[in-house]
Amino acid sequence: MIDDTDRAILRVVQANATLSAGAVGRAVGLSQPAAWRRLRRLRDAGIVRGRELHLDLEKLGFGVTVFLGIKLATKGRVSLEDFERAVSAIPEVRRVEHVLGRYDYRLRITARDLPDFERVLRRRIMALPGVGEMEANVLLSEEKLPGPL
Amino acid sequence: MLDDLDRRILRLWQSDPEMGPPELAAALDLPAARVSRRIDKLREAGILRGVGAVIDWTVLGYGVEVSLRIQLDKTARGAFDRFMAEARKVPEVTELQTFLGRVDLRLNVIARDMSHWQHLYRDRILTLPHIAEIEALMHVATVKTDQTLPI
Repeated sequence: MIDDTDRAILRVVQANATLSAGAVGRAVGLSQPAAWRRLRRLRDAGIVRGRELHLDLEKLGFGVTVFLGIKLATKGRVSLEDFERAVSAIPEVRRVEHVLGRYDYRLRITARDLPDFERVLRRRIMALPGVGEMEANVLLSEEKLPGPL
Repeated sequence: MLDDLDRRILRLWQSDPEMGPPELAAALDLPAARVSRRIDKLREAGILRGVGAVIDWTVLGYGVEVSLRIQLDKTARGAFDRFMAEARKVPEVTELQTFLGRVDLRLNVIARDMSHWQHLYRDRILTLPHIAEIEALMHVATVKTDQTLPI
């Protein structure tokens, strides 16, 4: 589906999506039109889904990120849809994943500091319908890697 | 640190990262040069670390995503550094996080299918150094992903 040149292009734009087709071409040894065609194809095929800003959360005043594993206590009584709707409505909860294993859901929560996180945990998370066992792990460091390219 | 204009730029840009400085300037009704200068300053300050393309791995045939929660043998000297250096060499590892809590580290791993996953798990993951305990959460669905911060 994609060749080594596409992979090289993906590596370049993963690190910097604002480069012009000419600059991407120079980085991988292609002419501007050839790079432009490949970039458009990667996008049209949905392989490049979009762009994201990489922001320094701490410098923006969001000093605490917590990963929370949640097990639903009363399966069958609380619908997954109700839980998902309620948890997704909490602004500090920035990511919700339905998972299989020790927990049912994995949440990524961003807070200003630990007291702010405690407020979110007590007032919002613990008030969710059907929450059972919970485990919090405070993020210390994070690396995003390029993946199999 | 951030003033009102910085916040307006970041809020708008987060809501649509496809925009470039000219589009941001037009939407904010400001001169393009002024917006470009602000963006350069945000970069210099390290607040904006970059704008990256997002790859959809499922389109490339990676249908399996697993979150591996790992506890390390902390009695071994340099366990964290050695584990992390080796984990970075596995191409299918897309994220690496360290924690304060019951879990020491988390790896996000993608695989093409279950047999590829089994091969990766046996030959590349379980062979990583200093693992004391390992637990897998298999990704079923992403219910919410919100990359916008209330800046």
